[in-house]
Amino acid sequence: MRVETSELAQADFDFVRALVKQHSSISLDDSKGYLISSRLLPVARGEGFESVAKLIAHLRSRAHTRVHTQVLEAVATTETSFFRDFHPYEALRDQVIPDLLRKRRETTRMLNIWCGACSSGQEPYSVAMVLRQVVPDIDTWTIQLLASDFSGAMIERARDGIFKQLEVNRGLPAHLLVRNFDQHGASWWIKEEVKRMVTFFQLNLDREWTCIPQVDLLFLRNVLIYFDVETRRRILRKVRRHLRPDGFLIMGGAETTLSLDDSFKRVQFGRAAFYQTGEGSGA
Amino acid sequence: MTKKALVIDDSRAMRTILSGILGELGYEVEGAEDGGQALLILNSGGPFDLALVDWNMPQMTGYDFVCEVREEPRFADLRLVMVTTENEISRMSEALEAGADEYIMKPFNKEMLLEKLMLLGIEADRD
Repeated sequence: MRVETSELAQADFDFVRALVKQHSSISLDDSKGYLISSRLLPVARGEGFESVAKLIAHLRSRAHTRVHTQVLEAVATTETSFFRDFHPYEALRDQVIPDLLRKRRETTRMLNIWCGACSSGQEPYSVAMVLRQVVPDIDTWTIQLLASDFSGAMIERARDGIFKQLEVNRGLPAHLLVRNFDQHGASWWIKEEVKRMVTFFQLNLDREWTCIPQVDLLFLRNVLIYFDVETRRRILRKVRRHLRPDGFLIMGGAETTLSLDDSFKRVQFGRAAFYQTGEGSGA
Repeated sequence: MTKKALVIDDSRAMRTILSGILGELGYEVEGAEDGGQALLILNSGGPFDLALVDWNMPQMTGYDFVCEVREEPRFADLRLVMVTTENEISRMSEALEAGADEYIMKPFNKEMLLEKLMLLGIEADRD
């Protein structure tokens, strides 16, 4: 069936905007009409609706259903890639993780890392690959690598650890692809020993962070931009509680804590900037 | 000093595309239709910084070219990136073992090429 792709009526857009805000805390301004249309099109098609407008009419007529969840997850899904922007991973590999290992080697021999918006898993798997590179005695350490996302569908994909050629062709160093993946035809499967390093779970960042321990590295890359200022502040307050004093918050290249939360200080590592609560001994 | 790159591919269209992208990064680019021609250029054309190398070409393959180049200590600083339809992991391993620095599977887009070059420390200047 051909699905109509015409622009959303303002009332439909407002309905989706309110639904999304209520359930995921994501703020959509008026410029996001086209984005919503394009994100909801596959949902409409998959559920057999003639148009996005008909899909929204269905959402309006019922209490929360499986289709509502699909819509919320489609809107919340963010772009990702292995070793996105590369410089933060270079900093982790060359400075940040070796420093943390030195500090923890004679004490806890433990590292806790959390990717708070992991989408289809490329970010935590990139971190896992870096750890396998820089922690030679990795079996003698307790490393907890947590990865969460708002979308249950994305968490399922991430857990599967199966990627298309297009996805592994982007940003992933060839030697790490060869070492950490098995090829099955056109699919690339992350090796079991890498997959086992990551614990995936579903979490809305604007709800309670239960089961999140104190972490050494917290990735919130290109995610706060989707929230309004008050929600960003609320999330950063929680980050402060969960980040170890000498741990780092890692945000997207164009993001900053500036004017949101003064208790973070920016620490530059080459071309990457991380954030620290300022109470630890630092880098 | 302007950096120099060599684009080695028997497809003229591919040479044009790759040369265009490298030109935008500030490279002076020369093209070669196969590994043998590329070796001649390398031997006579002054120091090159980067070579993008297809695998399957007439006369000398890209793989053989990589092996030959890595035998020569004076080309030790030349960064070699395979850009090829050879999408098997075994091929990729062979190329890396022979001394290729990176590997891009076709089809690819400009963004992917730029990301791979970034891994080698090659980036467009940011204004």
